[in-house]
Amino acid sequence: MSTATDTRTPERGAPSARTRTVGSLGAIVSAELLKLLRRPATWVLLGLWPALQLVFSTLIPYVSYRRGASYEGSPPEALLASTLPDRLVENTLSGLPLFGGALLLTLGALLAGSEYGWGTLKTLLGQGPRRLTLLAGQLLALIVVLAGTVLLSFLFTALVSWAIATGASATVDWPSAAQLVRGFGGGLLIATTWGVLGMLLGTALRSTALPIGLGLVWVLAVENLIVNVAAPLLGVFDAAQAALPGVNAGSLVAALAGDHAELRTPGVAAIVDGGQAAWVLAGFLVVFTALTGLLLTRRDVT
Amino acid sequence: MQPVQESVGGRAGDEVVVLDGLTKRYGARTVVDDLSLTVRRGEVYGFLGPNGAGKTTTLRALLGLIRPTSGSATVLDRPAGSSAVRVGALIEGPGFYPYLSGRDNLRVLARYAGAPSSRVDLVLGTVALTDRAGDRYSTYSLGMKQRLGVAAALLKDPELVILDEPTNGLDPAGITDMRALLRRLSADGCTVVLSSHLLGEVEQVCDRVAVISAGRLVVESSVGELLGLRRLVVEAEPLEEAAAVTAGLLGADRVSVEDGVLVVQAGPEDTARVNRALVMADVDVTGLRQEVQTLEEVFLQMTGSELGAAPPTDAPPGRSRRQLPESAVR
Repeated sequence: MSTATDTRTPERGAPSARTRTVGSLGAIVSAELLKLLRRPATWVLLGLWPALQLVFSTLIPYVSYRRGASYEGSPPEALLASTLPDRLVENTLSGLPLFGGALLLTLGALLAGSEYGWGTLKTLLGQGPRRLTLLAGQLLALIVVLAGTVLLSFLFTALVSWAIATGASATVDWPSAAQLVRGFGGGLLIATTWGVLGMLLGTALRSTALPIGLGLVWVLAVENLIVNVAAPLLGVFDAAQAALPGVNAGSLVAALAGDHAELRTPGVAAIVDGGQAAWVLAGFLVVFTALTGLLLTRRDVT
Repeated sequence: MQPVQESVGGRAGDEVVVLDGLTKRYGARTVVDDLSLTVRRGEVYGFLGPNGAGKTTTLRALLGLIRPTSGSATVLDRPAGSSAVRVGALIEGPGFYPYLSGRDNLRVLARYAGAPSSRVDLVLGTVALTDRAGDRYSTYSLGMKQRLGVAAALLKDPELVILDEPTNGLDPAGITDMRALLRRLSADGCTVVLSSHLLGEVEQVCDRVAVISAGRLVVESSVGELLGLRRLVVEAEPLEEAAAVTAGLLGADRVSVEDGVLVVQAGPEDTARVNRALVMADVDVTGLRQEVQTLEEVFLQMTGSELGAAPPTDAPPGRSRRQLPESAVR
């Protein structure tokens, strides 16, 4: 260590001249964005979702169409139609209730759980922010990153759909601006709900591996078992499925997809009304955030 | 051993840290037990104790990371953990993002601290990490990680710096630099609370120390006062007779027999009296010398333990208090 360098800011000498003692919320959000954007896992997870979405909703149907394949009795032309620009909202969001949700839940769990594993939570809190300010900063940064990802996913899907339509000499018929805005808002709501659920699990379990494991089992297995196995057999599960986050996410995507009934992606089904699904998801978002804040503020940081 | 500054370097009533009956329990286990102490502005305050004594728990309470079960902790006239105080800390090893560079880690923390970005390069220079600041934290050696932790503690231009074992992993040159840094911080008017196992370091840089054991305060005193505990080593025949004579002169609690010699808790002013009394009692005195105890020896006497080992929790608190000046013992 140097023995010659002053530890004080040159322009500030006396303690009385010191003013700020903690960063503003905006500064904390920018710090969280720096963390998120420099983290390789963020790019992997957020890149994987649009990539898988494109592959399964657009590219595979298009390649099948080119090879003259049919899908569940539908002619190849139906496969082409499912990839065209008028299906943009559906083709961008249909993965969110299932694999997209799993990836975003993983991101949230990593965001919160790593702070415990690396001992960085105490380092951050040691700089003086209130715990709820820290949570707000993390949440807002997550929303910013997810909004960018949803937007980019729309853009990529639109670009590929346009290229397919142009190549196949099909009509380029885009959704209305209102449909696009609703689609973006609904997609962001679903993505944020999954991400915050991951943050809640990461905070509750103060780690990453267990929350990710439990979250994936819930999203990919338990909800499917409830909907496809338990609900048809027992009335209580039939009623309860309407309150599940995955079911509501799937219902919201189904509602946003509009008139297109040929939804192929697992997890997308109009089990509840779209408006109700949006409210339930918003409720989950509030509850997950509140529980995370409660855990963060009430527990010792050791 | 270097001479130690006797002054505590602070003004009465100018208290930066005040612990009042601080107690922390986890279930049935009491980690910190009714701890009260005071750190004054501008001093370097050593916080000593064996592993598991409750040092880190206490320091966490100072930062508001844990809630006391009872009692209170006040830092810069505000409740511990208040965001309105300028405190920098390195608690129980550095915690940073492994995928970020050292500089980016500090940028993140500077934004949290509300510190200007110019502080980042300033503190990197202070801990001599400028050359490696662009490298990922995961590639740092233990000593470099520790330096980055100290740099983070300095980001806020703090009035109070709390450092928990800051020399862990540092090489001898790094330890020397750390000592110089602590002195410079103190000279700049910064108050430093230093927890360390390296008692030689504490002895050289601290104005006052608190020793805790099993969560309880054993002593809070100036280093000079603790090191003033001198002892007289007497080689004499017959030893039992010498012990009896000396005990009659100074009191039995100040006399013991260790390894074939008589050890008397006594300063230079008592040396001639003891010698005269022994000669008058026909005891052959073959050796008589004053020994100054190191802080490590004092520490071991007070905690009754080896460094790094916690004493049994049922051990009587402050078992060697009788050997300390009354003013030093809590």
